[in-house]
Amino acid sequence: MDWVDYLIRSVVAVVVFAAILGTCTLLVWFERRGAAWMQVRVGPNKAGPFGLLQTVADAVKLLTKEVFVPDSADPLVYRIAPLLSLLPAFLALTIVPFGPGFHIGDRYVPMQIADLNIGILWLLCMSSIAVYGYILAGWSSGSKYPLLGAVRQSAQVISYELVMSLAIIPVVIWAGTLSTSGIVEAQSRYHWYVVPLIVPAIAFFVSGIAETNRPPFDLVEAESELVAGAITEYGGVRFMMFFLAEYTNIITISAITTTLFLGGWNGPILFGTIAGWSVVPLWGLFWFLLKTGVLLFVFIWVRVSLPRLRYDQLMTFGWKIMIGVNVAVVLAVSFVIALMEQGALPMFWAPPGR
Amino acid sequence: MTSVQSHLSASFAAHLADAQVAVEIETPEMTLNIGPQHPSTHGVFRLIAKVDGERVTEVEPVLGYMHRGYEKLCEVRTYAQVTALVNRLDWLSGYCNEIPFILSAEKLMGIEAPPRVQYIRTILSELARQATFLVFLGSFGIELGALTPFFHTMRDREKVLDLLESVTGGRFHPNFNRVGGILDDLPPGFVEECAAVMDDVDKMCDQVDALLFGNDIFRERTLGVGVIPLDKGLEYGVSGANIRASGCAADVRRDEPYLVYDEVDFDVVTDTRGDAFARAYCRLQETRESTRIVRQCLKALPSGPIMAKVPKVIQVPPGEVYVRAENPLGEMGYYLVSRGGRIPYRVKVRTASFNNVSVLPWLLEGVFMPDLIAILGSLYFILGDVDR
Amino acid sequence: MPIDAYYRSYLQVAAVGLLGLGLFGAMIGLAKVLQPRRLSDLKSSIYECGVEPLGDEWSQSQVRYYVFALLFVVFDVEAIFVFPWAVIMGTLSWAALVEMVIFILILAVALLYAVRKGVLRWI
Repeated sequence: MDWVDYLIRSVVAVVVFAAILGTCTLLVWFERRGAAWMQVRVGPNKAGPFGLLQTVADAVKLLTKEVFVPDSADPLVYRIAPLLSLLPAFLALTIVPFGPGFHIGDRYVPMQIADLNIGILWLLCMSSIAVYGYILAGWSSGSKYPLLGAVRQSAQVISYELVMSLAIIPVVIWAGTLSTSGIVEAQSRYHWYVVPLIVPAIAFFVSGIAETNRPPFDLVEAESELVAGAITEYGGVRFMMFFLAEYTNIITISAITTTLFLGGWNGPILFGTIAGWSVVPLWGLFWFLLKTGVLLFVFIWVRVSLPRLRYDQLMTFGWKIMIGVNVAVVLAVSFVIALMEQGALPMFWAPPGR
Repeated sequence: MTSVQSHLSASFAAHLADAQVAVEIETPEMTLNIGPQHPSTHGVFRLIAKVDGERVTEVEPVLGYMHRGYEKLCEVRTYAQVTALVNRLDWLSGYCNEIPFILSAEKLMGIEAPPRVQYIRTILSELARQATFLVFLGSFGIELGALTPFFHTMRDREKVLDLLESVTGGRFHPNFNRVGGILDDLPPGFVEECAAVMDDVDKMCDQVDALLFGNDIFRERTLGVGVIPLDKGLEYGVSGANIRASGCAADVRRDEPYLVYDEVDFDVVTDTRGDAFARAYCRLQETRESTRIVRQCLKALPSGPIMAKVPKVIQVPPGEVYVRAENPLGEMGYYLVSRGGRIPYRVKVRTASFNNVSVLPWLLEGVFMPDLIAILGSLYFILGDVDR
Repeated sequence: MPIDAYYRSYLQVAAVGLLGLGLFGAMIGLAKVLQPRRLSDLKSSIYECGVEPLGDEWSQSQVRYYVFALLFVVFDVEAIFVFPWAVIMGTLSWAALVEMVIFILILAVALLYAVRKGVLRWI
């Protein structure tokens, strides 16, 4: 480990960071065009080719808006809340492996910012911290609609946080590691975990939609009820940060679902060379982006298709159905694994990835 | 009371207190303004709600943000000019508002419009009804968070509005009726075009039925929410689909037929549930009935003049008359007092939305915020119709 | 993983954190430069559907869901216990599995109790 390695890793971090911002911009455009396509309208098509620069135009517009703090707000918390929402969103993405690492000469280039050995726990930590952004935004505004939104947020997110961690546990049991790259490695040897763990996979994705406050779980900013919920009092650049955080979170959830259940960067084609260089990392990146893209589309698809749940329905669904089912799945999976390890059960689905 | 009993009741009280853990903390009530500038109030309607958490304990509707004094304005307009005013009451179905007013003037003058006029008026009223209900089916979805149906229903509403425009020249405010007749005959090719659009509207109804009314979340959100019992509904003078959903088969088109409603065959759609779902579903079914009416009218459309014999200057003889009609939002009536001459002496309008809204303080007591929005949407009022 | 590699991976996370902070600062700074400044009392009053706010701005609201928060703490602590166990589950004996099952079942019973008690209602 010398300065070249540090340089390589710094470059990876900067590239990934820039890519996240770029993807967010694209995603907003993709969502608006996708929704427009399903809603028999055109969508943004004026700024740039196919309206691709519409998000940039919106960002510029929001940047030139006056930034002010409402009289009744708690000034410090009001100013910090967007950061609390934005920062964890970026930090959660650091653990996602975008592709297999590769070598340039004898230098190793990882396609992942940080391969933490507690990877999954890091994700849960960050999504827990991100809650504070919205809660404090709603509370510090000193206004009524945001307050109601903040109260909703606190209950909704902690409930689905639980579902999320319960849905991850079977994967951890199966893979025998908490590291995200380890989980992807384990899936490359045998099968994607979505095959045996279809129930946790669905539970994880659904709770991911709830965590990111996307329809049909967008009760925190339910437009027709709470106007804009927790961020009603925010405008201009601070609003943009919440917006950016939301879309980063959507990307995170899609990327993590891909990593945990859909085999990460694994795909049917992972070989070949161009001019003596292995293109495996490119294939890996391609498959990863493809799978993540499909999940992003599902986010949009669900949004335009479904009405919003009511609060008690959301909580009942979370606590009585999702948690119950997932606890049962955790127990069942641990029994199956134990039996397979002991040889009492044939390795009918291919063995755990350890 | 013996000691055993008192002990029992004490433990029972403790149990009760235990079961309602969350009610122990007392906080002052929060007063929340819902409206006038709120995404779900469809205009400048305001509710002052006392909320406890998200439960609404008391609600007071504040009307009048859109008061334009139309009844007073009617007293200084000639009869032909008044139609332009009443167009703007329930602005989504402007055409329907003209009908009862024109009928009341015709009644006082003792004129009956020729049969062709009656048919065309019926067709256009029903088209306006469909346009209004298509807006409802879309916007009700939006209130519950379903964004997509809106765009689809609006697309088909556009076709209906195009039809209205091709006949009257106006999309929202046709101002097409004259005392004793209508401004112009149907344009060539209207009958075929209209029949095609009716097919589209029917198809749209089927889609909304399957996609929105068949959606589990939608059903969960609306079934059993905001139930108006029949007696309460009648007490508050609720009308239209809102009361039919509670089980009262009141429809002016059948009870007191005007235009040619006695010559066409249609069902009065009722429901017994009285909740938000039933109200919305009644409107969906009524849209289907409406296309049925239009098809029959198109088939039976007689030829003939489009204007009765009326004097050059409309002068209504002295008298009083009340004429009511079944508008998309409910029953609309005009109480017209004439003292002779070219302008009405007094016009009192009974608009459906005003009475429908009056049930809100009773209906919204104790509901949650999300249900409040669902109920507001399902009552379907238009602010111009509430405030006049 | 050697101990310094362990810390190095967090160094990279910290780098992303710094980038995020930098973005935050840059956005706020850029907005400060670009924005117009025309403050007024009306502008900095809170939103309440276009009318004067009624009552106290910092009105209290009852947090109806604190029971959920309590339950969440219980289950989140459970998750913390379960994760390390899950990692090495395959190499453990049956006894470890049975212990964990008992642990989870106790919590499941607690959840059932809460449901039966009716505290998971939305009031």
